Amino acid sequence: MLNSKDLLGIKELTEQEILLILDTAAGFKDIIGRDIKKVPTLRGKTTVNLFFEPSTRTRTSFELAAKRLSTDVVNFSVPTSSVVKGESLLDTVLTVQALGADFIIIRHSSSGAPHLISRKLRASIINAGDGTNEHPTQALLDAFTIKEKKGKIGGLDIAIVGDIAHSRVAKSNIYCLTKLGANVRLIGPPTLIPKEIEDLGVGVFHNMEDGIRDADVLMMLRIQTERQDKGFFPSTEEYSKNWCLTSDRITLVKDNAIVMHPGPMNRGIEIVSEIADGPRSVILEQVTNGIAVRMAVMYLLAGVKR
Amino acid sequence: MPKELMNKQDIDRAVTRMAHEILEKNKGMDRLCLVGIQRGGVYLAQRLAAKIKQIEKKDIPVGVLDIAFYRDDLNIRKEQPVVRRTEILCEVTDLKIVLVDDVLFTGRSIRAAMDALIDIGRPSLIQLAVLVDRGHRELPIKADYVGKNIPTSLSETVVVRFEEEGLEDRVVLEKTSQGQPDNA
Amino acid sequence: MNVLIKNGHVLDPSQGIDGPGDILIEAGIIKEIKTGDALARDEGAKRESGSGASGIRTIDAGGLLIVPGLIDMHVHLREPGFEYKETIRTGTLAAVKGGFTTVCCMPNTSPVNDHASVTEFIIRKAKQEGHCTVHPIGAITKGQRGEELAEIGTMKSEGCIAFSDDGQPVMNSTVMRRALEYSKAFNVPVISHSEDLTLSEGGVMNEGLIAVTLGLRGIPAEAEQVMIFRDILLAELTGGRLHIAHVSTAGSVNLVREAKKRGINVTAETCPHYFSVTEDAVRGYSTNAKVNPPLRTSRDVEAIKEGLTDGTIDVIATDHAPHHADEKSRPFDMAPFGISGLETALGLSLGLVEEGILTRNQLVERLTVNPARILGLGKGTLTAGSEAELVVIDEKREYEVKAEEFLSKGRNTPFDGRVLKGMPVFTICKGKIYEW
Repeated sequence: MLNSKDLLGIKELTEQEILLILDTAAGFKDIIGRDIKKVPTLRGKTTVNLFFEPSTRTRTSFELAAKRLSTDVVNFSVPTSSVVKGESLLDTVLTVQALGADFIIIRHSSSGAPHLISRKLRASIINAGDGTNEHPTQALLDAFTIKEKKGKIGGLDIAIVGDIAHSRVAKSNIYCLTKLGANVRLIGPPTLIPKEIEDLGVGVFHNMEDGIRDADVLMMLRIQTERQDKGFFPSTEEYSKNWCLTSDRITLVKDNAIVMHPGPMNRGIEIVSEIADGPRSVILEQVTNGIAVRMAVMYLLAGVKR
Repeated sequence: MPKELMNKQDIDRAVTRMAHEILEKNKGMDRLCLVGIQRGGVYLAQRLAAKIKQIEKKDIPVGVLDIAFYRDDLNIRKEQPVVRRTEILCEVTDLKIVLVDDVLFTGRSIRAAMDALIDIGRPSLIQLAVLVDRGHRELPIKADYVGKNIPTSLSETVVVRFEEEGLEDRVVLEKTSQGQPDNA
Repeated sequence: MNVLIKNGHVLDPSQGIDGPGDILIEAGIIKEIKTGDALARDEGAKRESGSGASGIRTIDAGGLLIVPGLIDMHVHLREPGFEYKETIRTGTLAAVKGGFTTVCCMPNTSPVNDHASVTEFIIRKAKQEGHCTVHPIGAITKGQRGEELAEIGTMKSEGCIAFSDDGQPVMNSTVMRRALEYSKAFNVPVISHSEDLTLSEGGVMNEGLIAVTLGLRGIPAEAEQVMIFRDILLAELTGGRLHIAHVSTAGSVNLVREAKKRGINVTAETCPHYFSVTEDAVRGYSTNAKVNPPLRTSRDVEAIKEGLTDGTIDVIATDHAPHHADEKSRPFDMAPFGISGLETALGLSLGLVEEGILTRNQLVERLTVNPARILGLGKGTLTAGSEAELVVIDEKREYEVKAEEFLSKGRNTPFDGRVLKGMPVFTICKGKIYEW
């Protein structure tokens, strides 16, 4: 059983809750492998996708997950809504709840936006990414993928490479993987890794080769030009030279290491195509697993008594 | 005090008889597949398969079905059902499926199992084998193969204990404080 | 207004009074204070004649502390322009509730108080509707844009007692230099909101591990310290009078301490939240803990207390910054900065006396004598002949802070629910007695 009606972040989950979600997701993965990829479990419930930031893959993934559980799905994107007219976030979500939403999946550019609304609503709030805080379902599907491929997470050496400071995917993964007992290494330029982050129990490397040596899992992050201000590094060329996952660098990892990326990829900047499309890459499986994990999250949240 | 309804030997004899009945009614095991409903039905299906192998000298496919997603009582249950694996090793379409469960009570689990099976494929026919039929059907569902008919009252519950779970094989009758226990 | 306040403990550092005393007020002016022997003699005389003339109200201040009315040299009254957050009327009412009989209001109104006409409006409004005395602080630069000096001389004539671009720093060092030089002609302090905007840009809370885990952009302590250092050097260069607003970090306290040692004409203030609560209060994205400068670490809190004890920090001011509840109900990074502090300041400050950080005398200095001196107001004293502005405090009364009962329109406080000890029982100013 989950302890809260909402999924706001990995920080708020215990190790047991994380494992429960992963186990349940395994059950749902069977479903989506079938011809009829649907179960009647949450029939009659309504899911609202409330995306204040653009996103195709995450929104579609949630939409599919919600539909496969037989909920009715409504997509609420900012440009087409009254938020542009100046309606406050709280007013928007209260309206959405009044329309009958049981699940509200929210992506917002402000850290803490899901937390703000979860206090005011009966509906289950699922954080699909808030500012630079967390993206919990991404971390859960990443953990699921690692567990599936490697059989375990505890004790693995997992390297996360890129713009750690601005990446909610990185943060959620740090919390999730450390909770499950992995050795997490962060790799990137000093301007993109906050100095305090070592207090979370992770290793920090600025030299890519040192950082990825003998790693079991490589998680590459997209360089987010839309979120960062200019000036964190001089150019993407220089970034690539130092931190791109190339065919040379990949030889340093363990033989059976896997390569992950939350997508969308900047091919050639943080990862070369040969590796993105190569045998170590589990990038597409991450996408498939995403639906199963999100179905598991919604199923388990529905079972939490208000 | 739980009352014993069947002991280890009783259970074994019933399973042997049911295995013979299944083969008799279906004229052999051609295109036949056993599907056990998590969890009690799974152990039972495995034992039936073992008996059938003894008789026919051939393996019969055994699948595992979790019905958590098809239940009609998710809103009123005290606790959310744990989700387990579903592995139907046979290609359901055009096969004869014998659903196997430990206790048949209201019939709702079987309805959920049939919905799940039909979402997976299109079986040519579905039959039902249960170890215990305790009556009190709420849906028009009937078992084709029954280990033992045991009339019960709604304030009682029938529990089947399995060796596979570290307990001794037994079927016991216990008193509950209110109506709907786990086996439905 | 004629009042006799009897049996209280009078604390007036300006006259060295710290003991039992009776205060007689006639026509709104302090007539005399009787202490010690004079008190004993009088008691005998009164018992014979029957106490009190008619027309005089007698207040029994047994067990209570009487101090000069508190002076808050840093409040935002929001009028003109932001009356939905606070008005001069509601802000000054909150002030007297908090024991303040004089407040100085910052110029970041709309229009900005960068012109004598706006100063005149504020003073007139305060005379009509203000519950306590209001002295406006004028803007240093026109529109607070940090480019051209405002008409400091004219505004001073109209009634401004100090100048600040508070809300903003004066980023351009030459403009700040000119302001410090020019202000010497009018003998007014320049109050600096010291913040290097390029270091604090986009930040919403203290930079540190908590900011990282909450995904909120941090404001490093250095953003404040870099600017304080610059302001101090400019004060040294020009000889102008510099007052540093809302000091919040250990490093800042050290800089001010060193500057005073070198004999530079600099004074400093801090706010109750900087010695009462840390950045932990932001957890859960609580916008009531969003303030600029931000709440810092416990190490900074300790340093602020040390600065208060050794006199590095001269003044406790509230930086009272009321906001409408809707504005604070936004996601953290979209909510405005500010804490509504007038009604919790005294309780929190008395806590310093309980902790042994300040003596009662020192506390009164930080809250009245020093602000009065820095601003050149002839206040912070109970000397006979002064206008009667005083507060009668019950130091022992414990109470729970209830933001919904604030007299200020701003309910934005991180102290809601906290139990404080010590509050005003009577506030006397502008010829009126407020009873709480």
